[in-house]
Amino acid sequence: MKRIGDGAATRAGLIGLAVILTTLFLVIPLAGIFYQALVEGMAPFWQNLTSAFTAEAIGLTLLIALMTVPINLLFGIFLAWLVTRFTFPGRRLLQTLIDIPFAVSPVVAGLLYLLLYGRTGWLGSILSEHDIQLMFAWPGMVLVTVFVTCPFVARELIPLMQAQGSAEEEAGVTLGAGGWTLFRRITLPNIRWALVYGVILTNARAIGEFGAVSVVSGSIRGETINLPLQVELLYQDYNTVGAFTSAALLAALAIVTLVIKAVLEWHTHRREKTA
Amino acid sequence: MSITVSDVSRRFGSTTALQPLSLEIKNGEMVGLLGPSGSGKTTLLRIIAGLEMPDSGSIHFGERDVTHVHVRKRRVGFVFQHYALFRHMSVFENVAFGLRARPAGERPSNAEIRDRVQHLLERVRLDTLAKRLPAQLSGGQQQRVALARALAVEPEVLLLDEPFGALDARVRLELRRWLRHLHEEFNFTSVFVTHDQEEALELSDRVVVMSNGKIEQIDTPQSLYRAPANRFVFSFLGETNRFGGEYHNGRLQQGEAWIALETSDSAADEVLLRPHELMLTTAPDARAHLPVTVDAVSPVGSDVRVELTAEWMDTPWLASITHHDFDRLQPQRGSDFYLIPSRYHRFAPDSA
Repeated sequence: MKRIGDGAATRAGLIGLAVILTTLFLVIPLAGIFYQALVEGMAPFWQNLTSAFTAEAIGLTLLIALMTVPINLLFGIFLAWLVTRFTFPGRRLLQTLIDIPFAVSPVVAGLLYLLLYGRTGWLGSILSEHDIQLMFAWPGMVLVTVFVTCPFVARELIPLMQAQGSAEEEAGVTLGAGGWTLFRRITLPNIRWALVYGVILTNARAIGEFGAVSVVSGSIRGETINLPLQVELLYQDYNTVGAFTSAALLAALAIVTLVIKAVLEWHTHRREKTA
Repeated sequence: MSITVSDVSRRFGSTTALQPLSLEIKNGEMVGLLGPSGSGKTTLLRIIAGLEMPDSGSIHFGERDVTHVHVRKRRVGFVFQHYALFRHMSVFENVAFGLRARPAGERPSNAEIRDRVQHLLERVRLDTLAKRLPAQLSGGQQQRVALARALAVEPEVLLLDEPFGALDARVRLELRRWLRHLHEEFNFTSVFVTHDQEEALELSDRVVVMSNGKIEQIDTPQSLYRAPANRFVFSFLGETNRFGGEYHNGRLQQGEAWIALETSDSAADEVLLRPHELMLTTAPDARAHLPVTVDAVSPVGSDVRVELTAEWMDTPWLASITHHDFDRLQPQRGSDFYLIPSRYHRFAPDSA
């Protein structure tokens, strides 16, 4: 019996189409980034890569990621724990609210933060009385990045923790384990791969975030420019090689992330098979 | 360690899981909580363990009031329905968990933990599988790990939630005997939940029959079976045939069928009969006139089970007859017989 549409010609056609589309939309642009970065040779590429502004941008990008990931790691675990281990009124609403950063355009998120924390904003005016400025400075950029990336960890954990149930934790309690022991020896090992996965996604987004960050950054060169903003800035300065050098850096980071993700997926898959 | 449950009740939202009930379990006793699903038996077990809080009432272990003692400090062994083994830990680590989780002052040394776990694993015949992960074990083996893990902390009370529910019949029988041995050897007080009446009757010193969040009867398996307190207990403890009709002139009558009843109660409208209390004959006598047609015959086991139909029945009846009678009467699908009850059971109409 042949399945419907399982002819040799159909199959070849579909595979061919997939290859063409992938090449057109993914491979060529990606290769183009590296080509554009190196089109004038190694020297300008290297010069742009090692410029003071690029170094500042890399530094800021890493700072944002380094602060965002731990914050959202803890927040995600807390949220997933709350939603999957307790029943309380509003639980479902909370589960829906988690997705707001996904649903809202990052630019809108950035504007909202500007409105709230800007010098004339509700909270910003109070803060500025104490000489604290969040907007147009790196703390504001961290703040919006945290907002934009906060669902990733929770979204990875919630379905898993729901599927696993709380029976193992209950067993742990009856055996005399305290809260921390339970978390460290039972909950954490059961969710660790989902956790790593959530961190990778959070990290990738934190490094690459543009929209929300661009609204609150104020574009102060050498201070509030991270790599994605630097790409745009250099491109508008007609420094194509510079823009593509930074873009290549981001692309390289993305590829590394993808490789780690693939390795992890392969690892989890293998674990599931043996289990 | 004796367990005293006094006036414990529990509601979940608008449903009543447990009506206020009391229960006394003696030291070293093995008690089965038996009931259909939704009868509150698991809730009661979880309240005894401390995994649920009662809305009212108290729980005592011996003289000690444990109602507000956290489950962590109650020192009960709890075996979960689906074992709840720690999936990422080896069999050895699963069993060692309770010992390792103790606060630094009370924790045995590593060598001592190793010895004790090793000894327990030998007791449950799993010492050769110590390095395996739970997923690599059969259901019966997982069950034994769950037991060893619960016993490692030397509880005085062992609580088991549907301990054999997920196992196939042969493994179940073996594990039941083995649990009974273990219970006698370690001399703890055991409470287990089951919906399987055979399991409850075979394992328990006393059985607590529950329905709709209340206790219907507490008794030894023998008296429970011989003298069920009400209709619910009777029908839950075994297969039941029901004869409904109207009473006059010493007979309960339904169409052409009747059973002679020794009662002065003219409101009697039904009797219940066990399959093994029915005789298959070729002619009616003064005790009953119950014409039936054989619908199916199953000659497996110590008795032959015969399914019977008739116009006067609401649902098909079941009779179990001896192989001797089977050979003599040769009942086949479609053949007609009469039933003579050797015994019948009547319960007050107000009981469920």
